[in-house]
Amino acid sequence: MTTFSDPPKGAFQLSMLLNDTRYRSYTFQFIALILLIAAFAFLGYNLVVNLRAAGLNISYGFLGESANYDINQTLIDYTSQSTHLRAAMVGILNTLLVAFLACITATIFGVAAGVLRLSNNWLVRKLMAIYVEMFRNVPVLIWLLIIFFVMVAVFPPPNAFRGDTPTASMIAGAFAFTNRGVYTPLPIWGPGSGVLIAVFVASVIGVFAYRRYATKLLYDTGKLLPMGWPSLVILIVPSILFFFILGRPVSLDYPSLQGFNFQGGLQIPGSLIALWFALAIYTGAFIAENVRAGIQAVSRGQSEAAASLGMRPRRIMNLVVLPQALRVIIPPLISQYLNITKNSSLAIAVGYMDITGTLGGITLNQTGRAIEAILLLMLFYLTISLGISAIMNIYNNSIKLKER
Amino acid sequence: MSDMHQHSVRFVRETMLPEAAPPESGRGVIKWMRANLFSNLSNTILSVAALLVIYYLAVWALPWFLNGVWDAPSIRACRDLLEGARGGCFAVLTERWNQLLFGFQYPSELYWRPSVALILLFVALAPVLFHKKFPRKMFYFTAIYPFVAFWLIWGGSILTPIFALLGFVVAYLFYARYVARSFALGFLGGAAVALIVWIVTGWFPTEGIVAIEAVPSRYMGGFMLNLILGTVCVSLSLPIGIALALGRQSDLPLVKGICVVFIEFVRGVPLITLLFVANVVLAYFFPPGSSFDLILRVIIMITMFASAYIAEVIRGGLAALPQGQYEGANSLGLNYAQSMRLIILPQALKISIPGIVNVSVGLFKDTTLVSIISMFDLVGMIRGPVLASTEWNGVYWELLGFAALLFFIVCYGISQYSQYLERELQTDHR
Repeated sequence: MTTFSDPPKGAFQLSMLLNDTRYRSYTFQFIALILLIAAFAFLGYNLVVNLRAAGLNISYGFLGESANYDINQTLIDYTSQSTHLRAAMVGILNTLLVAFLACITATIFGVAAGVLRLSNNWLVRKLMAIYVEMFRNVPVLIWLLIIFFVMVAVFPPPNAFRGDTPTASMIAGAFAFTNRGVYTPLPIWGPGSGVLIAVFVASVIGVFAYRRYATKLLYDTGKLLPMGWPSLVILIVPSILFFFILGRPVSLDYPSLQGFNFQGGLQIPGSLIALWFALAIYTGAFIAENVRAGIQAVSRGQSEAAASLGMRPRRIMNLVVLPQALRVIIPPLISQYLNITKNSSLAIAVGYMDITGTLGGITLNQTGRAIEAILLLMLFYLTISLGISAIMNIYNNSIKLKER
Repeated sequence: MSDMHQHSVRFVRETMLPEAAPPESGRGVIKWMRANLFSNLSNTILSVAALLVIYYLAVWALPWFLNGVWDAPSIRACRDLLEGARGGCFAVLTERWNQLLFGFQYPSELYWRPSVALILLFVALAPVLFHKKFPRKMFYFTAIYPFVAFWLIWGGSILTPIFALLGFVVAYLFYARYVARSFALGFLGGAAVALIVWIVTGWFPTEGIVAIEAVPSRYMGGFMLNLILGTVCVSLSLPIGIALALGRQSDLPLVKGICVVFIEFVRGVPLITLLFVANVVLAYFFPPGSSFDLILRVIIMITMFASAYIAEVIRGGLAALPQGQYEGANSLGLNYAQSMRLIILPQALKISIPGIVNVSVGLFKDTTLVSIISMFDLVGMIRGPVLASTEWNGVYWELLGFAALLFFIVCYGISQYSQYLERELQTDHR
């Protein structure tokens, strides 16, 4: 008869550090720790020696100094007398602005192209396939440059709008497309516009409330309320009514030609438009693939079952396919948003002053504080990335299939 | 009733009627068009819109392409030749062809060397990519290809790559001898032996022995630079990525922590900031007096960048394997190194192939970013020397279109290959 016995408990031997699985992991980790410390010590020592040889030190004092350069697109007050820190803030806001615009536009392009790629129409399917392949397989930098150069080449210079026989004219008297950028009317918020905004926000909430009520009614009684036009009415009509009741508190400041350039209105620099459009159309191709994959991941049986229940194609899409597809689509979609934010650093190639252009570009070159500037730059992008990943994890957990 | 039966003749048809042709609208092109283009109203609208788009694109692009001028010394000569007609000035491509491909500093009498290296790259890749169609012996050539390519592109004495190769050969021999006893011994010992070989041979004077003309790194440029960066960084980042992925899956908290921090840090910042590091900061971290040229520093940073992404892809592959595979390997009594090498990694890597290819394509596209730190790759050449020259100032479409085309060919080719490989590797019988 055999008996199982505990492994023999010998005295601790040095060889057990390598051969005994109980101790081996400690040995390996100890070695890893030593290597890590050695690597950091080596790099740190080199850094100190090199900095001393170059007569440099690590200091963030430059952030408080005057920047002495101009930024063509600012969302907050900024003059060339402002500090480098202020310039970096302007850059951060510009990065967030272009990333936000590009995310929305890319989603629209991507969803449209992804759905159309699955259309029954052969021609449309092929066109969308060409769009997706064309943009996915060519670097975004090349697209950015193409769009930027083409805008500069195609749009007329501002002085083409001058004179008795101008070669270019403003669209609807309000929009001017020039090679320096696009000029659009700028809303001026007069007294009472706060009320108007409040009304608009309230009607947005009203739309959501109506839709929720309609869904509840559908589930409870099976009665179907129309969704489309009532939402539109709730969204628009109160705002328009209040606009006139309050005596037109919001007016538009139109751009007009004065001298050699346009004055007034809102100037959107060409670099912003090029970057925005390039990021949107490039990432849109990737999102299209995600959307297509997500819709195809919903098994055919689902839509066939819905069809056999007598649902119309639109309702099948909205009630059966999309809710299941979104589960697959949204995680890669958010990482595409992350890519947009990171790719927005390409702004430096067209001269849009985002954080890479201010802090990592002119500030770095002016002050020579390379290590500090790049460290701050990386910290900014890292914060955004980790923030978005955290949101994504929360979302993923909330939509995870609750398996028994 | 009986009357009727008397007159009726029994009839049984013995041959089939010939199939009648479907109605005119139910066959051929018309049927296809009805089914695929004009099945209902919205479909018809879409078709018409698509046709309009195609029509406008054709009207706009075709004359530009067909009227194109392929032979002219400058953009003004181009415009004179066109006489006001719309047309592309493709002469810039023929005129600056070598610059676009090799950069403006690479000695022109040596263009054949990178070209040969490129052709040999296909020979070296053939057995890797299509391992069923080519003899296994070609792998020997694949193994020595990096050294041949280095020698061809950078030149110098043949002893430098031979010594480097020697280190790897000795390390491999050591590894093959001792891996049966312990993977760690074989691997670490092999690395140590290689290091010894390199240090010893480092003392050898290589100057001028069987040397071809040396080309310094800063002369590399054009599409050649993109290809060099792409191939070198992808091949270097694969093993590093595997190591990082295994580290991230490991039970050792410290190793896992290091890998997680590294991966998340690198994935959280844009490549441009890493290239800035390569450009202005990295030199501070090297021992004083050592000089790493820019291309090497860029290779280090891009490899770091790519290996973090590849590590995440491979981690996905590792996580997708059923737990039973790990347990099966353990129950066979395999140790960690053996189970990874023989059971886990072959399957995990197979699952990860599409992801790895995606990362590679993305990385190859991202090599254009080096133009921002003023290296003269294809985009850098276009933005810098070519567009800034007085002859070709203003030829945007043709140059950038050409660059887009080159990248499209390479990237589309790679992604098509990956789809082929996925079909090839499908072992489940569905």
